[in-house]
This record gives sequence, structure tokens and C-alpha cells, in this order.
Amino acid sequence: MSQPAEGSKRGWPLWEVFVRARRGLAHQHVGSLHAPDAAMALRNARDVYTRRGEGVSIWVVPSAAIVATSPDEKDPFFDPALDKAYRHPTFYDVPEGAKHL
Amino acid sequence: MSSVRTVPPLAAYALALGDDALILAQRLGEWVSRAPQIEEDVALANIALDLLGQARTLLGYGGAVEGAGWDEDDLAYLRDDRDFRNVQLVEIPNGDFAVTMARQLVFSAYQCELYAALERSGDATLAGLAGKAVKEVAYHRDHATQWVLRLGDGTELSHDRMQAGLDQVWPYVDELFDPAAAASQLPGIVTDPATLRPAWERYVTSVLTEATCRTPEPRWRSRGGRDGLHTEHLGHLLAEMQHLHRSYPGATW
Repeated sequence: MSQPAEGSKRGWPLWEVFVRARRGLAHQHVGSLHAPDAAMALRNARDVYTRRGEGVSIWVVPSAAIVATSPDEKDPFFDPALDKAYRHPTFYDVPEGAKHL
Repeated sequence: MSSVRTVPPLAAYALALGDDALILAQRLGEWVSRAPQIEEDVALANIALDLLGQARTLLGYGGAVEGAGWDEDDLAYLRDDRDFRNVQLVEIPNGDFAVTMARQLVFSAYQCELYAALERSGDATLAGLAGKAVKEVAYHRDHATQWVLRLGDGTELSHDRMQAGLDQVWPYVDELFDPAAAASQLPGIVTDPATLRPAWERYVTSVLTEATCRTPEPRWRSRGGRDGLHTEHLGHLLAEMQHLHRSYPGATW
């Protein structure tokens, strides 16, 4: 049995759920849920997020394990990229007849 | 519908299995909005809907084989308790969550063996239903197993309540494996319930052992559900389940 994750005072810990819709696609974040441990989180995810045939694979991650950017850091993190249009590949002429670009 | 129907063995068998699934679906539905967490709410509702789907197929088939013109809705909503053929296990009240999980473990482990056997039935409808349902009930069994392990091998309080739940449910176990009249009349089509017990026993015992619970040794056992003899609880369940259809026949929305 998997080790119980640390719960909040009000109950079970929170888990983030990622579902892969088909083979070949990446797992996509679909939402979160509460569960007492990882094994139950997978089962709850199956019931909450794949009951209409949405998935072939599920990941669950403790929400506490996710490190996220903070809104305070938004400017230094993302603004410098906004005015560097030359980073987009729009300055190249695409040779005529080139496929699969 | 009168209590003195003569039903062909195959129809009676399909109705009995269908009633098991229907009544347990109704019981599990009572957990909706009352489960310990919303995630568990959804899980129990999913399981209930799986069982309801099985019930629809089985009652529809039983009604067709009987040939008296009863469709699945007539059978679900217009029979009185003495015409229901479910085992008493599925009609007993939910109790606390541990009682419900004990019952789920017992019944889903039984259904796993039952549908695995029926997949080889000579009757195409039963075999087809079993082939689909065996995956559903494997998940139900896993769900119950996870909870029995966690509650049984959890805290002192959860262990005691899990054991109390098992003790409460166990008198209803034997009835699942009582001889079915249809088994001798329809060899190759209907499985003798007694043959399902060894595998059931192995699975359930291994779960209880891992959960540090003991197998209860009840001093009495239920009987009679397959003959239409039920506990007082079934009438109350049917009153709630059938009220709308009986008050507004054919109501749709």
C-alpha cells in the first residue's frame, strides 16, 4: 500500500490530475481532486475525469509537489520575451513546395 | 403483478441476477451527496450506474424470455417485494461507510467469479453481458479492496469499524452460493453458484488477512431472497424507488 500523503487539517490532500487522451498525445492537466494517497488518487481520477472515455493513461501528482511561478514574478519572467519578435521564425522565406512545415 | 407467476428457468435466473444488480444500484445511489468526500460520491455513483446497466440488460432479457409482455421498467417498478428474487445481502441498509465497503467487497468479488463463469455460458445474451460486465465488476472489487485495506489496516478506530462492518455483512454471505434451481435445469448455460465459492473465498480471505481483519463466523445466516422472502428493508427501498413511476405511470423527462 502506498504511503499516505500529508493531509490538510480539513481532510485529504489535493492532487493534480493529468490525462492522456490517446496514444501519441501528451498528458494534459485536467483538474484536481482530493484523495488519501496516490493509489486512491488514481482511482478517483479515473472516476471523476475519465468516466466518459476521455483517457488511456492518468498521472496524479501531489499539488504540494508542484513549483509554480508567482504573479509577483510575472514581469521579469515573461515581459522580456514580448518585444523580441525576431525569435519567431517569421523572417525566413519558405521555399516554394516545402512540405510539413 | 401477481405473486403466483410461473417463470421459465432461464427467465427466473436472469431476473434474479438483474434484481441483485438493481437493488444494489438503488442502495449505492443513496450515498450520493452523503459520501465522505465528493470524489467518493462520484465513485459510488459510477458503480451504481454500472450495476443499473447490468440490471437493465438482465431484466429486459428475463422479461423477453418469460414472454408475458413485461419490459425492464415494468419489472423494476411494478413488482411487489415478494416478486423480487435478489439475495438479501443487497437490500440491507448501507450502514456506515465500512458496512457498505464490506458488502461491496463480498458482492463484487462474487460477481467477478460469476461473470467470469458466465462468459462461457451457452446462452449468447448472458455470455455477452458477462463479457462486458466482468471488467466493470473487477473495478468495483478493486475499489472495495482498497477501502477495506485502508480502513482495516488504518487506525485502531477504523480497524474496529471495518471489522464491525464485516461482522454485520457476513450472515448474508452463504445465501450467495445457495444452489440455483436453474443450474440443474440449464446445464452449460447457468453456473452452479457453489462452484464460485472457492475462488471467492481465496480472494476475500487474502484481502481480509492483509487488512488485519478476521473472517467473521456468524451464528445465523440469511435465506430465502431467491424465493421472494425478504427483510423488512426491501419494502422501504421499493417504496422510494417505485413511487414516481407508480404515481405517474410512464412519466418521462
